[in-house]
Amino acid sequence: MTLSTIGMAASEIAGLVRSKQVSAVEVVQEHLAFAASHDSELHSFIDITDEAALSAARVVDEKIARGEDPGSLAGVPIALKDNLVTRGQATTCASQILKGWKPPYDATVVEKVREAGAVALGKTNLDEFAMGSSTENSSFGPTRNPYDLQRVPGGSSGGSAAAVAAKLSPLALGSDTGGSIRQPAALCGIVGVKPTYGLVSRYGLIAFASSLDQIGPFARSVKDSALLLQVIAGHDPKDSTSLESPAPDLLAGIERGVEGLRIGVIEELIDGVAPKVGEALLEAANSLGAQGAKIEHVSVPAVKYGLSAYYLIAPAEASSNLARYDGVRYGLRVEGQDMNETYVKSRTKGFGAEVKRRIMLGTFALSSGYYDAYYGKAQRVRTMIINSFQSAYNHFDVLLSPTTPTTAFELGAKVSDPLSMYLSDICTIPTNLAGHPAMSLPYGQGENDMPIGVQVLAPALGEVNMFRVARALELGAPVISRKLFWE
Amino acid sequence: MVESSSSSPSQSEFIPGWEIVVGLEVHCELKTNTKLFCGCANAFGREPNTSVCPVCLGLPGSLPVINEHAVELAIRIGLALNCKVDESIFHRKNYFYPDMPKDYQISQYEKAINENGYLELPLSKKRVRIERAHIEEDTGKTTHVGGDGGRIHGAIHSLVDYNRAGIPLVEIVSAPDLRSAEEAREYVTELRAILVASGASDGKMEEGSLRVDANVSVRRSGSAEFGTRCEIKNLNSLRSLVRAIGYEAQRQVELIESGNAVVQQTRHWNEDQGVTTAMRSKEEAYDYRYFPEPDLVPLAPSAEWITEIGSRIGMMPSDRRERLISMFETAPSGSTFDQIVTAVSLGLDDLVTGAVRNGADARLALARAANEVASDIDHLANINPKTFGELIRMEAGGKLSATQAKKVLGTMLESGEGPQNVAESLGFEALDTSIIEGFVGQVIAASPKEWERFAAGEDQLAGFFVGQVMKLSKGKADGKIVTAILRSKRS
Repeated sequence: MTLSTIGMAASEIAGLVRSKQVSAVEVVQEHLAFAASHDSELHSFIDITDEAALSAARVVDEKIARGEDPGSLAGVPIALKDNLVTRGQATTCASQILKGWKPPYDATVVEKVREAGAVALGKTNLDEFAMGSSTENSSFGPTRNPYDLQRVPGGSSGGSAAAVAAKLSPLALGSDTGGSIRQPAALCGIVGVKPTYGLVSRYGLIAFASSLDQIGPFARSVKDSALLLQVIAGHDPKDSTSLESPAPDLLAGIERGVEGLRIGVIEELIDGVAPKVGEALLEAANSLGAQGAKIEHVSVPAVKYGLSAYYLIAPAEASSNLARYDGVRYGLRVEGQDMNETYVKSRTKGFGAEVKRRIMLGTFALSSGYYDAYYGKAQRVRTMIINSFQSAYNHFDVLLSPTTPTTAFELGAKVSDPLSMYLSDICTIPTNLAGHPAMSLPYGQGENDMPIGVQVLAPALGEVNMFRVARALELGAPVISRKLFWE
Repeated sequence: MVESSSSSPSQSEFIPGWEIVVGLEVHCELKTNTKLFCGCANAFGREPNTSVCPVCLGLPGSLPVINEHAVELAIRIGLALNCKVDESIFHRKNYFYPDMPKDYQISQYEKAINENGYLELPLSKKRVRIERAHIEEDTGKTTHVGGDGGRIHGAIHSLVDYNRAGIPLVEIVSAPDLRSAEEAREYVTELRAILVASGASDGKMEEGSLRVDANVSVRRSGSAEFGTRCEIKNLNSLRSLVRAIGYEAQRQVELIESGNAVVQQTRHWNEDQGVTTAMRSKEEAYDYRYFPEPDLVPLAPSAEWITEIGSRIGMMPSDRRERLISMFETAPSGSTFDQIVTAVSLGLDDLVTGAVRNGADARLALARAANEVASDIDHLANINPKTFGELIRMEAGGKLSATQAKKVLGTMLESGEGPQNVAESLGFEALDTSIIEGFVGQVIAASPKEWERFAAGEDQLAGFFVGQVMKLSKGKADGKIVTAILRSKRS
């Protein structure tokens, strides 16, 4: 192999592999070696599955040798957030409670990327059970921001974001319940997409909050993110909440520009963000205006209540989803004198502090006598948010906001203050409550030259316009001047 | 299992000055091929943990997908119980127990698929209100090893079989409209008949296809207020149901009469000792933290589908009883009506009507079905309306005595052979009338004095002559025919 594929776009790698200019095995070997030499500092992976990756790469090469179609992601390395189940490979959710568990099946998205020829390098770090905004809640230790190892990569999909940003992998999958793809994408200076709820099958995604969870792509370009989303989108009979309608063609219109599109800047989400983050957003809006879009400010008043509603609904669902980790069937068991003591001891030892906090919060919110005041009311707020967005989308094709209120913060800065940590997701949460798509892409730099993310929001199944706008923004975005930790 | 529906009041059923109030929750396993939310086989009696997958084991990342056939069977039950079938949603019922893989059960809580129906009791025609009949998943089965009679108390360890986890159930909840243990039995018997007739369940209580929880309270006769109730869990036979209600009512009356109060409790029925014991009180009751199941979408059966399902439901027990009743010239009552109820509840009515179409006598066919066939119901497949009808004709025509006919029927059920062959091989071939006449002649000749007295009107001597003929014929003569010949010779 004469050329290096490190840092190359996924679409380019697939093209080279398909045209036999480079083999899938060569691509994967190079990425495995690169990850081996850099991930000790970054800690983006929990587990790098070298052997499985190489044998999967060989399968792709054999397909090509036989003249079969190897798929649109032929030979492209991909990193999988470790809450996606992989057959026969440890899947931990970064929790001690799943210690030793090897799933007997693959998540639907894992099957889909494999069928498209992508090669999984391994499982990436996350906040335990995807609960957190910095990846510091991992029981395997934190992941670092590839632009500054003293800062967090965001979370909960911090491992996937950092791996892609640091060029350890061109693509990654994450999950987004309240911003867990978009927020780390913003903090790491890459593209992250939360698709419409139901566009991507959740089968095999270990649930945090079922009505909000959605799997989505990380990439270093808008096009690569659309390419990966195209592969994983579509109806799955194994997921009852998966949409019946076929996934739209996301790449076809991506270069059409924004001429004539109506784009609204959400007023409520500019208030209170760091000055440079606000400025970057306005610059981004101006850039779209210069390309022919109609830009206006719009009020979506209900988004202000998103955070409060989210921190009732998500923990409530989590308290039920995480009940099964009881030491009886798999994972960690700490024996007690009787059944109840075994439950208590296993769960006390197996879960970290943030997970316990949310289980308790959710259990309380669902308790008899409190249900209406908490969970019931939060569901009504959710309806309000959907209606509020709907009014805005009556006048606008897409909306813009910052992805996060600040750039990446230092490790440990918010660990002791859960509320300030929760506020990191204030701009991303309303989208999950509405079930709409939204994505983050880098636009400018803030404090210490750390990357800033801009969020593009669209109505349900509005991915085509969302990618068009994101692509136009990408064309006008300044290049990130700050160097990666290994550069 | 055969239990006559005729009342045999037990002493516990009637407590002077008191009234028993019972509401029943009947869990019915649906006769689907696969489980409620996955493709695993819905099979009884397999090796433990061989009919399981990531979904019914509740493995991390798995998701439920509703089984359409289960919904159809649930709708059949709703229609058969005169319920309103409507859009419904699933809820999660959260509590920790090892036999529940997810530590929550997917059930219906606020909006059940079937609501506000009724069941009409066959004897009294009383309507028992059905509050709801909702869909839910079954749990696995826990076996406690080393304890007291399989109970958790003192057990060394427990084994869980998840084959049953995720089997579709419909829970049928009655209003507290039943007023005695016997009425509760009548209700369950009729409900079982409806479930079997609608094709939704095999109705086998002994295999756990039907499980009953009884809410029991007592109040002074004439009182309009309900007393405090106790729920008795998992009554697995009609006998247990009747005994448990009787015991529990007696216990509550004794408590109140001795100046104590009934405490709202969930109680366990101990079959061996014939008593109920406390499991947990209201204060210890679980907070199930119900909330809408986010992994499933609302169930919205279309009106067309419901109509179509309704058109495919088989005849209901009340219609089946009417069909049997119509075979009699005068409306049957007493034991014949009981036999009709039994035949229908065990699904034997097609056998009876088929036999009658083949020329059999209705009353005799019904009696043999409700008694002899019912007591060997597992071998029902060995007979059919034709062979059964032929047997009834042979008995009615005097070719077989009643005792012989019962024996032949028993052998038919065991072997599947036809009545002619069985009768022959048992040596029951009825004798030709001319041969019997010959025996009668011999007996008269041998006992001329007795014959003179019989001819003069001493009727009780008939037995003597019949006995003598039986001896000569080695028991093959039909007593009724012998008597008839004797009478004809006298005149």
